Amino acid sequence: MSDVLKVPTMAEFTAQGKQPEVLFWVGCAGSFDDRAKKITKAFVKLLHKAQVEFAVLGTEESCTGDPAKRAGNEFLFQMQAVTNIEVLNAYQVKKIVTACPHCFNTLKNEYPSLGGDYKVMHHTQFLKSLLDEERLTIEGGKFKGKRITFHDPCYLGRANDVYEAPRDLIKKLDAELVEMKNCRKKGLCCGAGGAQMFKDAEPGDKEVNIERTEQAMEVKPDVIAAGCPFCNTMMTDGVKNKAEGQIEVMDVAELIANANDL
Amino acid sequence: MMFLPNIIFAIILFLGIGFFARNISKLKRNIYLGKDVDVSGDSKIRWKNMARIALGQSKMVRRPIAGILHIIVYVGFVIINIEVLEIIIDGLFGTHRIFSEIGSLYGILIGTFEILAFLVFVSVVVFWFRRNVIKIQRFMKSEMKGWPKLDGNLILYFEMVLMGLFIIMNATDVEFQSMNSGNIISQFFAPFFEGYNVHLIERTAWWMHIVGILIFLNYLYYSKHLHILLAFPNTYFGSVKPKGHFNNLEAVTNEVMLMMDPNIDPFAATTDDASVPDKFGASDVQDLNKLQLLNAYTCTECGRCTSECPANQTGKKLSPRKIMMDTRDRLVEVGINIDANNGEFVSDGKQLLGDYITNEELWACTSCNACVEACPISIDPLSIILEMRRYLVMEQSAAPLELNNMMSNIENNGAPWPYNQMDRLNWKND
Repeated sequence: MSDVLKVPTMAEFTAQGKQPEVLFWVGCAGSFDDRAKKITKAFVKLLHKAQVEFAVLGTEESCTGDPAKRAGNEFLFQMQAVTNIEVLNAYQVKKIVTACPHCFNTLKNEYPSLGGDYKVMHHTQFLKSLLDEERLTIEGGKFKGKRITFHDPCYLGRANDVYEAPRDLIKKLDAELVEMKNCRKKGLCCGAGGAQMFKDAEPGDKEVNIERTEQAMEVKPDVIAAGCPFCNTMMTDGVKNKAEGQIEVMDVAELIANANDL
Repeated sequence: MMFLPNIIFAIILFLGIGFFARNISKLKRNIYLGKDVDVSGDSKIRWKNMARIALGQSKMVRRPIAGILHIIVYVGFVIINIEVLEIIIDGLFGTHRIFSEIGSLYGILIGTFEILAFLVFVSVVVFWFRRNVIKIQRFMKSEMKGWPKLDGNLILYFEMVLMGLFIIMNATDVEFQSMNSGNIISQFFAPFFEGYNVHLIERTAWWMHIVGILIFLNYLYYSKHLHILLAFPNTYFGSVKPKGHFNNLEAVTNEVMLMMDPNIDPFAATTDDASVPDKFGASDVQDLNKLQLLNAYTCTECGRCTSECPANQTGKKLSPRKIMMDTRDRLVEVGINIDANNGEFVSDGKQLLGDYITNEELWACTSCNACVEACPISIDPLSIILEMRRYLVMEQSAAPLELNNMMSNIENNGAPWPYNQMDRLNWKND
């Protein structure tokens, strides 16, 4: 299947005088990172399957400014935020869904006081709502009986108290959801947050992603499910290091898309 | 001569409470060196947080052993203090066990105190073992050497001695023992004192007990033990926003809005009073806000934050507890400086950044909020770390090289990597 995905932009919608149901905020990782692009596509396929009228900003989208803000560059963050808000408000965007917890957190919590007030959802929350509204069905398919553990992204879990939506989705796969010793509120970071993704770690005796991968390996999963492109990268690296070929790292959206043979 | 003990008691009480009040006003002054922070609104949620987290100890029991032992000590501390009220009345008016007039209820009351005193004693002994014999890891970190270690143990000794004196005081009170009501624990110790001058022992224990309490009260100001008071305001004023929310700097917003506003004349003469912008971020305690400084005084150095910190767990220098301890140490130093210079801070060539907290610690943080989540009394070490990063980046341009690359990518092409913004939708064709 090499057919091109249909991904309408806000500009196209506006040209037709229409508003989409939701804006899909793809994010930098989702746009450029080879691994994360697969998550983006999986999510788009699910949106199509559920017949959601969505749009992306495409080339009008820019970094939310999260890594700049966490690195301490408030100037750059606010420049990005104000520019993005101008675009979003011009399109009269009301509802945003994103597959990146960092974008999710920034759009949801830090844009409002700069003039950007939207209903922001993480893609696992959005997929869960599609499921509840019976617009999307999930078949267990190939993950039936598989051991899946969910790694809580810090910016989804602790930062915004979203713990159940991704788990509810995984349970729908008829898979065995196994919890790591440190999960939910106590979930250990993958090591990428706070702009660490873009620099080497400070001197220490271990990499954070290795520690987290070892914690995941303790529960002997077939799949480590993630809900964040950066966690995905970190855990994939960890698995390469510790358990190559034995464990797969997949985003929750990919699990569902794969189960549905999309 | 008859009123001499009453007078002595009144003087000791006055000095004990007076000195404490003086130090508390100093503490308040030090906290007010910080910047204003908006803690208005949400008062319903705030009262609930205080009731649940501080009064109800809800986060303490996440670690069941320490949590339950702590609740015993806490409940014991609060309830046994009713007894202190009787001691103060007795001391001031020369009465003896004034509350015993309430009859059988008195026995129940003192009986409860005795049981609690015994349980507190046992719990405190367990705490001592955890720190000194079992050597639980979080009490052994590098920031816990020297005074912090001694401080932790001194508090335990204080409590052991005070509880011991309370039981001895009851055990040697012949009148109280003969009532045989409420002496649940002390009756077993009474026989040890037979044949000695029990009245003298009783009086000595009574005096030592109340003086000990006043010394302990005054010790708080110099100790990590302040949390027994400050946990309440700290949980009340603690953030009610999602943990992921980090404040937007207003001073920056103003400048950004100016830059983005096409109607502003860039060549318009600026007024003189607006010429010096705020310092961005924090390099010293005065740059932090009042809540962050209250946090620092409230920290009881339990180390739950540090034990949950991914950076610390993997051997990096960062310890969120040390961030709080350093902030307090520096704040105390600044306070002493102000006292010595007639109420004016005179630069001592030192600051929080560099002299206490190093860049290496700050850059090791993943901003994962594990420390904030772990704190049983709503302290937020992460906000201090990020505030200091702001200073490093915006005032000193001292970010690690890779982060500077990341930031110039965002600035130039709207992504942390060097990809063109015009290629942002290419994924759909891949």
